[in-house]
Amino acid sequence: MLSVEDLYVNYGTLRIIQGVSMKIEDGEMISLVGSNGAGKTTLLKTISGLKKPESGKILLDGEDISALSPDRIVARGLVQIPEGRKLFPQMTVQENLELGSYLKEAKKKRKETLAYVYEMLPDLKKKAAMPAGSLSGGQQQMVAIGRGLMACPKILIFDEPSIGLSPLLTDIMFEIIRKIKDSGTTVMLVEQNVQNALKMADRGYVLEQGRIAMEGRAADLLENEELKKSYLGI
Amino acid sequence: MAIPILQSLFDGILMGGVYALAALGVSLIFGVMKITNFAHGALITVGMFVTYELYAALHVNPYVSLPIVIAFMFALGFVIQRVTINPIINAPSHNQLLLTQGLSIVLENLLLVMFTANYKSITLKGFDQAINIGGIAINKPKLIAFGIVVAASFFVYILLNRTDTGHAISATSVQREGATLMGIRVERINAIAFGIGVACAGVAGTLLAPMQYISPTVGEGFQLKCFIIAVFGGLGNIWGAVAAGLIIGVVESMASLALGGSWSEMVIYLIFILVLLFKPTGLFGRKTR
Amino acid sequence: MSNITGDFLKRAVGRKNKGMSVPGILLLTAATVFVIISPQILSNYRLNLIITILRIAYLAQCWNLMSGYCGQFSFGHAAFFGIGAYTSSLLYTELGVTPWIGMLAGMAAAGVIGSIIGVLSFVYNLKGDYFALVTLAFAEIFRVIARNTPFLKAAQGVSITYKKDWTQMQFSGKAGFVYFGLILLALITLFLYILQRTRTGQYFIAIRENEDAARALGINTFRYKMTALVLSAMFTAVAGTFYAQYYLHIDPEIVFISEVSVDAIIPCILGGVGTVFGPIIGACIIEPVSEFTNVHFASLPGMNMVTYGLILVIVIIALPNGVVGLADRIREKRARRPLSPNATEGV
Repeated sequence: MLSVEDLYVNYGTLRIIQGVSMKIEDGEMISLVGSNGAGKTTLLKTISGLKKPESGKILLDGEDISALSPDRIVARGLVQIPEGRKLFPQMTVQENLELGSYLKEAKKKRKETLAYVYEMLPDLKKKAAMPAGSLSGGQQQMVAIGRGLMACPKILIFDEPSIGLSPLLTDIMFEIIRKIKDSGTTVMLVEQNVQNALKMADRGYVLEQGRIAMEGRAADLLENEELKKSYLGI
Repeated sequence: MAIPILQSLFDGILMGGVYALAALGVSLIFGVMKITNFAHGALITVGMFVTYELYAALHVNPYVSLPIVIAFMFALGFVIQRVTINPIINAPSHNQLLLTQGLSIVLENLLLVMFTANYKSITLKGFDQAINIGGIAINKPKLIAFGIVVAASFFVYILLNRTDTGHAISATSVQREGATLMGIRVERINAIAFGIGVACAGVAGTLLAPMQYISPTVGEGFQLKCFIIAVFGGLGNIWGAVAAGLIIGVVESMASLALGGSWSEMVIYLIFILVLLFKPTGLFGRKTR
Repeated sequence: MSNITGDFLKRAVGRKNKGMSVPGILLLTAATVFVIISPQILSNYRLNLIITILRIAYLAQCWNLMSGYCGQFSFGHAAFFGIGAYTSSLLYTELGVTPWIGMLAGMAAAGVIGSIIGVLSFVYNLKGDYFALVTLAFAEIFRVIARNTPFLKAAQGVSITYKKDWTQMQFSGKAGFVYFGLILLALITLFLYILQRTRTGQYFIAIRENEDAARALGINTFRYKMTALVLSAMFTAVAGTFYAQYYLHIDPEIVFISEVSVDAIIPCILGGVGTVFGPIIGACIIEPVSEFTNVHFASLPGMNMVTYGLILVIVIIALPNGVVGLADRIREKRARRPLSPNATEGV
């Protein structure tokens, strides 16, 4: 589905991503973990077309998307739910969701998708007419997820969905992500919450200082001594 | 005694409506792009000249020419944004301001080259006679203008609040990255918003055309008034701009009744300074940041 | 002050705090010598252009002081310009006070008005476009006052009768104004050159770069913004007196209009905002261009300004940091070192 090949990305004069390669199969769920400043957000921005790489390829269904504009990438079914949610606070929940299906293809299916989103996230239906900015953090994260789903993604990328959420809400959140995966959407989960992220995923990647430091089956990574020491504090 | 006051109240409201529409364009452009458009006055003049040319050359009634003016001005605004504003969208504000000032110089003088500095006017048969109600004379073009302003404001409101494009415009103005990630082409949306703002200026120009002499520099007088109204109404706030437009219109005509025409400007500028100092978020502005 | 302050300042001030390059010094010397001997070799017509360049460059430096260095973006320098012009001219025509004294009185008046504008704006924390609009509104207010006050000669303005007497700031021929303009420009440029090496100048720049950070470091931002504004206002008033004495006529639609404020800004943006020599370079470009279009398109009214406006628009798009910024970029490209995370932290 998505594969990143030998990607280099600069930020000003600094080289943030230094030769990253990774692969996500159809219907798979992978987790990308790493500490703050490892380059996760830069990598995601590049995948979504917000930043252009220095070199390397990003293949979506075999076609290089690294030179495409963000809207073209969304149109091809790669959608990111950004860190910090980035909602439109003064608009209602429903208007936020509808803007998720701004592009032509998604707009055609807006009604059905909206029904599907409300079914998956029933809390949102009750808040549909409220300004998104007035909701709690957890609810806002739901809106962000719903808005992402409205774009009818083939692959959905979550950037730190659990940030700022209580442990209980985090569990609920991961449950929703699992449901999305079970419905057939490919999922890439980027997290600092290493344990939870790896528990859910099929495979995992560990990003350190702009490079992939470890990769493998998620279950294996969880058993890895080095990873345990540096990320799980065990 | 009461009649002159009522008369200028009425005149003020009707004129204020036209100001409001023009200012709405300033407000929208600032709301979305954070750019103070110093070319707005010149764009009002462009709208006047388009109207005048259609009237003089093809005998099109100004009110009939509105759709053409709207389409032309929208396209003009769209192109201006793409070619000149978009490249400097992240530049310091003095660069942006001077750029729009430069555009204003170009537009005004282009009109001068094409149409000379001679004053022009549009006289509409049957429109020169004022309607008289209880001693108050109501100028017909002003009355029609007011009606069109009300309709146009509703139209813009619906456009911004009930359509996907409108939602994309507000989304872009508050959350650029979030909008981009939803597939919204921010640059295109900015150009559309600029086009709508310029179309507002154009419509105001059309409505003003039958009321006054037309010359390449006539828009300058409206420029600062647009800023005043836009800030007073709260930048980015449509109904705020409409309300502020009416207020400034009334204040202006009352002040000119009380102080004489040339001092009345002073009252408006003082209000502007007071608003900027004490309530820069405008009439209905909430405290943000 | 602590090390942190010094560090922040160093970063904020950055590249601007370099000495002059050898070609720069040569060019500057050559230009100065040229202006000094110009009355002997140039026609009056050309001298008029030289005087305009000097006057506009000076005006631009005044704007540069407050808006370029301290980041308080004014769109109303016409107010100070007009106050200077009106004060010295009225003192001269009504009371016979020599414009040399009138100039000082104009500076004082502009300083007072500048302080009022400053106190109001900075107490209420106006920034960016809002501050620019307030300054614009004040300039407009002065225009309305001047136009409607009989005491200020209303719309017809003040005319000064010419009588050759340098003690009345009236010179025979153009040479006097060339030298007067050159001295003014040299003084303000030297002032800015020294200023950016002083603590005060560095605080100005710190405020421009990040006012909140500057305040957090204990810099009294209000005080420094006021200093910049008041100095700028006072110096600008001198340009007003210069204008009145040279053209011998002022009226509200000449000195209080926004074109004057634009005149002050354009050379800075063309040459480089917040640089010592940028505004001079800018004035040396824009005035000849404007003169050229005036002459070239004399038969087609308006075409000169269309060309002028287009050049302005193109330059702002193509050279966002002005000529000085472009020169810096070329120099940096030449001296480009390999990428390393520490490269930006060097001296």
